[in-house]
Amino acid sequence: MKAWIPLLLRFCLLVLLIAFLTNPLWFEPLLKPLTQNGAPAIYNQGSLLSLALLHLRTVAIATVAAMVVAVALAILVTRPVGAEFLPLSRSLVNIGQTFPPVAVLALAVPAVGFGEKPTLIALFLYGLLPIFENTLTGLTTTPANIVEAARGAGMTGWQRLLKVELPLSVPVMLAGIRLSVVISLATATIGSTVAAKTLGEVIIAGLQSNNLAFVLQGGLIVAALAVLIYDALSALERMAARRMGQVAQAA
Amino acid sequence: MIEIEHVTKRYGETTVVDDVSMVIEPRTVTVIVGTSGSGKTTLLRMINRLVEPTSGTIKLDGTDNRSVPGHELRRSIGYAIQGNGLFPHRTVAQNIATVPALLGWDTGRINGRVDELLSLLQLDPAAFGPRYPHELSGGQQQRVGVARALAAEPNVLLMDEPFGALDPIIRTKAQEDLLAIQKRFGTTIILVTHDMEEAVHLGDRIAVMDAGRLIQYATPAEILARPANDFVETLIGASDRPFKLLSLGTVGAAVEPGQALGEGIRAEASQRDALAELLWSGRAAMPVTAKDGSALGRVTVEGLLKRAARPQ
Ligand SMILES: Nc1ncnc2c1ncn2[C@@H]1O[C@H](COP(=O)(O)OP(=O)(O)OP(=O)(O)O)[C@@H](O)[C@H]1O
Ligand SMILES: [Mg+2]
Repeated sequence: MKAWIPLLLRFCLLVLLIAFLTNPLWFEPLLKPLTQNGAPAIYNQGSLLSLALLHLRTVAIATVAAMVVAVALAILVTRPVGAEFLPLSRSLVNIGQTFPPVAVLALAVPAVGFGEKPTLIALFLYGLLPIFENTLTGLTTTPANIVEAARGAGMTGWQRLLKVELPLSVPVMLAGIRLSVVISLATATIGSTVAAKTLGEVIIAGLQSNNLAFVLQGGLIVAALAVLIYDALSALERMAARRMGQVAQAA
Repeated sequence: MIEIEHVTKRYGETTVVDDVSMVIEPRTVTVIVGTSGSGKTTLLRMINRLVEPTSGTIKLDGTDNRSVPGHELRRSIGYAIQGNGLFPHRTVAQNIATVPALLGWDTGRINGRVDELLSLLQLDPAAFGPRYPHELSGGQQQRVGVARALAAEPNVLLMDEPFGALDPIIRTKAQEDLLAIQKRFGTTIILVTHDMEEAVHLGDRIAVMDAGRLIQYATPAEILARPANDFVETLIGASDRPFKLLSLGTVGAAVEPGQALGEGIRAEASQRDALAELLWSGRAAMPVTAKDGSALGRVTVEGLLKRAARPQ
């Protein structure tokens, strides 16, 4: 297949998404057949655009927080002083991943109340693992020869970390962040069960009023966002890897 | 001056470097040779403390190399790592600028130095400076590795098989370049190699290592004439020992009065080249000329053969 065809498809998807978010009424005829008894075909309890932006905001905050903590933890456990914490942090991060987000919501609400906060906590915990594991892989697989060259040039431990080990880990770290973002985009929808403003609201409203059109448009917007962000981050990753002469990892 | 005093390195039960003592004169080239695993790299890396000796001391110009923090010591000593070890995420220019940047040189000075070094190693600064290491051939990468080691004008330069990946022609060129750089900056060079030919050609002194021990430490002529044991003899390769010996001297040193016919040879050429040329052209003698083209005399096969015999 020619290289520009996938690019064109993604561009079309982006245009379609923006059109739908800004002018949803244009698409009413398409969704009308999915509704019954003259129910509205386009979500009418708020702006889709602002819900999508709030959804992205929630994911962004949770991912940045997960990134900061996961990367810091990975750095700590790969230094001589922190090496003994490696098994402990591994299990903690794994628990974060295996604990169902719904259960986290249920536990968090009594503590922090309804709204965005419990969702952020759930997404944060859920997003830690891929970033942590990938950063760990990146930091521990820097070629020994290159680390030795950095030592030989007179870099201190911190300088090696900042100038050599972290930059060389960027492609693998980005892969972890990409996974984490995509998981969070989907998972954020359940935040609306505890009154967080996300695209989940559209889906829940559809489920409650038995309106298939709502469910579908909520789901499709999330899916389109996920696909576009996934692709954008993959491209970034390939760019970073190519720059270092590494073979781009299969996305 | 580098003084290595009773240095030993053990990893667990195995002794990798075994009670090595040697003194390296300033502004000389010392070549460490030996078989694979004999401890050459380990000995080299103890000088800049990438490896800490189990016992013994190493002094640089009279001061113990443990008197400054390791990373500061290493900024003052050039190190070309075995297999180049360039940073893949940094351009050639950034790679070369590593130590000057750590030392806080200003940008103008760094750029000037990078360009100077690239030109010195026959790489066009404009073409190669902005490239990434993976965009270079293996030989070019090695030269960049050498440039990086030289960047901060170190007095001492440690080189671990710097010319391993080069073809014979580029290798000879790189060796000439290195000797020129060494003369120009008066750098003390310690170089590791597997190649006895390279050792004889480059070294003011050669250190032969076997199983962690320093077997012989002497001038090339001395090692060729009086190998300390069978191991050294094997390493030299007994069959072309006379030719290696001839390669140490210049034609100028073997000039005899008289005249000869045919193509001449320059006085700076090696005696080995002169003998090869005489044998190949089937002559018994040929004229020797100085740099300015004036006649100095002649070299003869007979005279060269005498010089190829084991020194008494
Ligand atoms: N960190 C280490 N831990 C344990 N053993 C080591 C370590 N580094 C080196 N050795 C061992 O020490 C011996 C000497 O290694 P060294 O790298 O000095 O050899 P070398 O002479 O440079 O060999 P080569 O010519 O193959 O580069 C080898 O047997 C090697 O396995
Ligand atoms: Mg070695």
